[in-house]
Amino acid sequence: MKELSEFAVEMRDVVKTFKTPEGTMLNAVDHVNMNIKNGEFFSMLGSSGCGKTTSLRMMAGFEWPSEGEIYIEGQAMGHTPPFQRNVNTVFQSYALFQHMTVYQNIAFGLEMEKAPPDEIKARVGRVLDMVQLMGMEKRFPKQLSGGQQQRIALARALVKLPNVLLLDEPLGALDLKLRKEMQLELKAIQQKVGITFIYVTHDQEEALTMSDRIAVMSKGKVMQMGTPVEIYERPTSRFVAGFIGESNFLEGTVQSINGERANVLVPALMTEVTGLNTGKVKMGEKAVVCIRPEKIRISDEPVSKQNSFRGAVKTTTYIGSDTHVYVEVGKLTIKVWEQNRVSSLDPKAYYTAGQNLTLNLMPENTLILADA
Amino acid sequence: MLKRLRENKSAQGTLLVTPTLLWMIGLLIIPLLLTLVISFGSRDADGGVIYGFSFHNYLRLFGYSTNCDAGQASCFEPLYVNILGRSLSLAFNTTLIVISMAYPLAYFIARAHPKQRTTFLMLVLVPLWTNFVIRVYAWMMLLREQGVINGIIGWLAARLNIPFEPLQMLYTPGAVLVGMVYEFLPFMILPIFTSLEKIDNALFEAAADLGANPFRTFLRVTLPLSMPGVVAGTILVFIPVMGTFIVSDILGGRQVILVGNLIQRQFLDARDPTFGSAASLILMILTLIVTYFYTRKFGFGEEIVVA
Repeated sequence: MKELSEFAVEMRDVVKTFKTPEGTMLNAVDHVNMNIKNGEFFSMLGSSGCGKTTSLRMMAGFEWPSEGEIYIEGQAMGHTPPFQRNVNTVFQSYALFQHMTVYQNIAFGLEMEKAPPDEIKARVGRVLDMVQLMGMEKRFPKQLSGGQQQRIALARALVKLPNVLLLDEPLGALDLKLRKEMQLELKAIQQKVGITFIYVTHDQEEALTMSDRIAVMSKGKVMQMGTPVEIYERPTSRFVAGFIGESNFLEGTVQSINGERANVLVPALMTEVTGLNTGKVKMGEKAVVCIRPEKIRISDEPVSKQNSFRGAVKTTTYIGSDTHVYVEVGKLTIKVWEQNRVSSLDPKAYYTAGQNLTLNLMPENTLILADA
Repeated sequence: MLKRLRENKSAQGTLLVTPTLLWMIGLLIIPLLLTLVISFGSRDADGGVIYGFSFHNYLRLFGYSTNCDAGQASCFEPLYVNILGRSLSLAFNTTLIVISMAYPLAYFIARAHPKQRTTFLMLVLVPLWTNFVIRVYAWMMLLREQGVINGIIGWLAARLNIPFEPLQMLYTPGAVLVGMVYEFLPFMILPIFTSLEKIDNALFEAAADLGANPFRTFLRVTLPLSMPGVVAGTILVFIPVMGTFIVSDILGGRQVILVGNLIQRQFLDARDPTFGSAASLILMILTLIVTYFYTRKFGFGEEIVVA
């Protein structure tokens, strides 16, 4: 038995360079370091071209790093081909073998391991039970719905009981309702089998729903790595704060630093704003004040002298659970999400355009980030 | 009238198939029926047809002489059966050799860079720009006693002081086989290339991901998914090889007579259209039987749709 590493997969200073059609070189993955723990549900989140899929493909062995090294279970992978790695992939396109039945598709990987026929039969049966597709053994993939094909792709990879399961936007082709169901099901399956899942997605809600930890990626680099709560509540850069959820950004210059807090002079508001110095900004630097729309409190009169601004309602949007209120303060429009806690048909119960009010930004809910 | 046609789907269908249908009836169905009728007749002294209903042409083809003496020990004359057998085995061999040559090349082209792919496909097609018969004659120039190949070997032998007798390559079964393989190779490369090219690259990755090495990936994924191309290519090669007479005529001379040559000679030299017709029909039936069993085993490939 080889010694088990704490990490299922490690990327150490990995670079992957591609030649663009114009002939220039592009770092699709640019000095990426990642440690993915055993048994973790880990997501790589980013828009297309951020390097998340290339990173996953390098873990699978379909691509090799130009620089750096990938370790799986503590073993340097080098140029180990995919068929010698103890990882399995669920492909975005499912990549099911159209000339094989569901049973043959799932049994394929076990036959390659030369597992005994009895064992293959038992394991295929168990995994079909897990993805709730018993009785479909004899069907061909094209006789199944998109959701069912997705489950077969999952079953085909899971049946191998790999150390790590790599999932490349597996729910991308499904409609919204099915996608939400599958998110919960995937998470449940992951907790049941205890296999490390590495999940690539561009859907932030999906990443937040399922992941133990998320790596937010952009332009080949990891922008931030952390739990969903850390990523959402303590973004360390303007990019992450803007990419995950909604944020108000108020640009200014750092005036003073007071322990964990920093004061930023925001010219558009002609006043100072205080917040947590999560971006580790320094005196005199350009900075951006970041606050989530649901964390702003609306009141008639200022709650405190600090971080309270008079403004007028520009427009409102009623979306059922919330009302989105857009408030003009100085030269800025600040968005505020107000939960509709009271059931009322009276228009007076809601904000109306032109109404004057005060916005209160609690310093502990306000983040000061470097303006990169 | 036009308005009615616009609304009537079945009338539209009829209109669309009519030209082809008339063509097929006039130039396929009627000639085929004529061939059938003539094959039951017998020839007169001038090479005309005396219509009748007799199986003597078919019996002759399968070796039973109609004017066989009662006292003769064996009446079996295997000449024509041998010709049929030779044609079948040549068609099998040609097809097998063509598949084994075409598959690796098609595989190579399908996996080449898209820019280079077009160039390679052009190179496969270039020989087809020259007339079929001219290309067969070119092989004659290469293979004959004073031909290019003997010339080169002779020159080398003279240089090395080895005695050399020119090889007899032309007018041998080997020459016919070489000619057939050469002529029909592109018709196998193209369909195999098409079916290989259609396979999603992710399927190869999936196979590797599930633990299949390149060899097993080929056997379990690539080969089955490219079978439609192999089947289509086989039909495009096997059937014409069974019937063609030009290659064997030019490269085989009097030594290699195939069904195609037999039929041609019955109509043009022997002036026995009744026997020629019977041979034509037997050729057709043989080809149909082989194709039927082949496609029943491997399918036409249409049930495998590569997504």
